[in-house]
Amino acid sequence: MSGKLRVATTSLAGCFGCHMSFLDIDERLLTLLEVVEFDRSPITDIKEVGQCDLGIIEGGVCNAENVHVLREFRKHCKTLVAMGACAVNGGLPAQRNHLDLRDILEEVYHTELGLAHGGIPNDPELPLPLNKVHPIHEVVKVDYFLPGCPPPADAIWKFLTDLVAGRTPHLAHGLLHYD
Amino acid sequence: MPSTLLNPILERHRRDGTRLMQILRETQETLGWLPPEVITAIAAAVGWPRARVQATAEFYSFFHTRPMGRYRILWSDNITDRMLGSTELMQSMCRKLWLEPGRVSEDGLVSVDTTSCTGMGDQGPALLVNYRAVTRMTPQRVDEIVELVRAGTPVLGWPEEYFQVEDNIRRSDVLLGHGLTPGAALAAALERGAPAMLDEVKAAGLRGRGGAGFPTGQKWAACRGAEADVRYVVCNADEGEPGTFKDRVLLTSHADLVFEGMTIAGLAVGASLGLLYLRGEYRHLLEPLETVLARRRAQKLLGAGILGRDFAFDIEIHLGAGAYICGEESALIESLEGKPGRPRIRPPFPVTHGYLGRPTTVNNVETLAAACLVAKHGGAWYAALGTRKSAGTKLLSVSGDCTRPGIYEYPFGVTVAQVLADCGAHEPLAVQVSGPSGVCLADHEFGRRIAFEDVPSAGAFMVFDHSRDLFETARNFAHFFAHESCGFCTPCRVGTALVARLMDKVAAGHGSPYDLEELFKLHRLMQGTSHCGLGNTACNPVFDTLEKFRPAYERRIKSLAFEPAFDLDAALSQARQMTGRDDAAAHLSNVA
Ligand SMILES: Cc1cc2nc3c(=O)[nH]c(=O)nc-3n(C[C@H](O)[C@H](O)[C@H](O)COP(=O)(O)O)c2cc1C
Ligand code: SF4
Ligand code: SF4
Repeated sequence: MSGKLRVATTSLAGCFGCHMSFLDIDERLLTLLEVVEFDRSPITDIKEVGQCDLGIIEGGVCNAENVHVLREFRKHCKTLVAMGACAVNGGLPAQRNHLDLRDILEEVYHTELGLAHGGIPNDPELPLPLNKVHPIHEVVKVDYFLPGCPPPADAIWKFLTDLVAGRTPHLAHGLLHYD
Repeated sequence: MPSTLLNPILERHRRDGTRLMQILRETQETLGWLPPEVITAIAAAVGWPRARVQATAEFYSFFHTRPMGRYRILWSDNITDRMLGSTELMQSMCRKLWLEPGRVSEDGLVSVDTTSCTGMGDQGPALLVNYRAVTRMTPQRVDEIVELVRAGTPVLGWPEEYFQVEDNIRRSDVLLGHGLTPGAALAAALERGAPAMLDEVKAAGLRGRGGAGFPTGQKWAACRGAEADVRYVVCNADEGEPGTFKDRVLLTSHADLVFEGMTIAGLAVGASLGLLYLRGEYRHLLEPLETVLARRRAQKLLGAGILGRDFAFDIEIHLGAGAYICGEESALIESLEGKPGRPRIRPPFPVTHGYLGRPTTVNNVETLAAACLVAKHGGAWYAALGTRKSAGTKLLSVSGDCTRPGIYEYPFGVTVAQVLADCGAHEPLAVQVSGPSGVCLADHEFGRRIAFEDVPSAGAFMVFDHSRDLFETARNFAHFFAHESCGFCTPCRVGTALVARLMDKVAAGHGSPYDLEELFKLHRLMQGTSHCGLGNTACNPVFDTLEKFRPAYERRIKSLAFEPAFDLDAALSQARQMTGRDDAAAHLSNVA
């Protein structure tokens, strides 16, 4: 392979815990940087995703902006990975799915004390929430799923080194956690 | 609930927490549901933490911790019921009662919903009303039931013919034509003595009829050999595999044979108590079976000093409460102990650590019935029937597109084509053998044989003719597994839900080749990583139909490019409504 693998990452409806776990590969990050370079990512602060080999998505899809970002990633990344329970299944944010979104907005912005009764925000700058939170595979095609909340750093390391080496990523017993 | 109602139930079950399933069921039969204060009272009475009682009450589909109406109507939702028109009949019933499926009417009178196969595949469409089986539903019967419900007529006062359950025995062989009087096989077994009886079962080559085909003699010997003070025999009458109903017929018309088989097993393994785990859908069999037990006690075929010998054995019946997973033997044992039916981690196996931690042999109804033939006629006689690796005969529950659905008993080795011819299947397209967890056979495979060495079967045989769409069959089965997954392990809990949603996505016309590939991947994943047989086999119907009836899927694929599983713009509808926005950013296109 010529040059380095170009990698973009983002967090949609997630908590950044998966990214923190990613950073937990610690000094191996330096080894990784010998073979990959980062495009858009919280690590680089690049705002627009460019042509990449690999896109890593943390978090599910809870609003219109998530949909746009996810589609941009899919368009620009040859391979797309769902990292963590939220991206894979909706995870924690999807706990709101058994409630009606209208009731939630009503409760938070009208009924609940302390939020200054400012009404439900309707600034066009703000992305609208979706009726339900969805896993990313319901919006775009996803090539690989890396489960865990978050996936352990060793699992992320194994996954990436497999991909870089041209192997189908394989997480053996001990690295595969679902929750 | 006044303690005058609860106390007799608790007394009857000796305030024993392991009898919790029966306590909850009988309480619910009195009250219609399980109110919080009743759960608290039961917990106090059996001396369990309240949360444990609550966990059991919530695990089972047939227990309700909310009121579900004076009439709870559950339509059997197997594909064979649907093929007989159950979906339309249920819709019309809901319309006439002004009800949404799954909701209780505002006056608390009635709720209508679906449930997994109720074991009436040869006489559907079927339903349960307050857990009593009703067969052969018709538009007219729907109207009548709607009237009975509106008039508030108690279910006990409904016309008897609604509750008529037929045997429909179409072909008998050595088992159904056994001709044994009660006690004959048991006397022969007692004459042989326990060790010799065990040897005969081994020599007979008898294998389990519950699906896995484990050698019965080996299982009994392991149970007998396990160090313990007490051992148990369990008869697995959960019969939850959709399309299977042969155990119902054995328990309806050959209950003596089944109980006698349990007693012989007790003799062989050294047990003095047998437990029959009867699926909740067969509630109607409870009283008749209790009557048979009482008669057998009077005949000295049960109890102390059986047939004048120094052998004591008795049988108790436990009713399940609508959970397919309780057919899995270790989940069944958990349920017998009053717990949610979650499969245990094995080893240790039930033969060494089963019910209450004691050696337990779990056998299917049909296996135990067949043991009577071995006791009476000997192992060599039995081994000569069937094929080399599959001794004896097999009961098939035939349903679907054929003119003579019902029970067929054949020696092992019968071809699928023979069964199809006998049951009057016209232009069959496919046969689902052994239920959703079994195998779907296409016409080029109809020459294959029902036997452990070729097509093993737990008994279901569902026929589909050329007018059927096997994608819909697979989708029905996918939803069955998603509903019945016990939720213990992630690959199955999440995997079955993903498969059901992918099938719905393809059905809705949003599927792409990527989704079909994903179904294959899920099949591999779940087969390799699930904790028990349910998860391991849950993708079989999808896998088989994708392989053998791919056009049924391809017809539904509209786009080569990936499509979202849901309407993205519609998914912003509630936020638009609440914010009053309608600007460009308040919309999404469905194509990327
Ligand atoms: C999900 C699942 C459901 C099962 N359901 C049944 C059942 O309804 N009846 C049955 O006899 N065996 C059922 N089995 C098989 C039992 O675990 C067990 O193997 C069987 O009862 C042993 O009896 P046998 O040796 O006589 O076949 C099921 C297994 C699994 C994994
Ligand atoms: S999977 Fe867990 S760690 Fe990752 S974003 Fe979701 S909640 Fe955070
Ligand atoms: S495979 Fe499914 S049914 Fe079996 S233990 Fe796991 S979740 Fe429960």
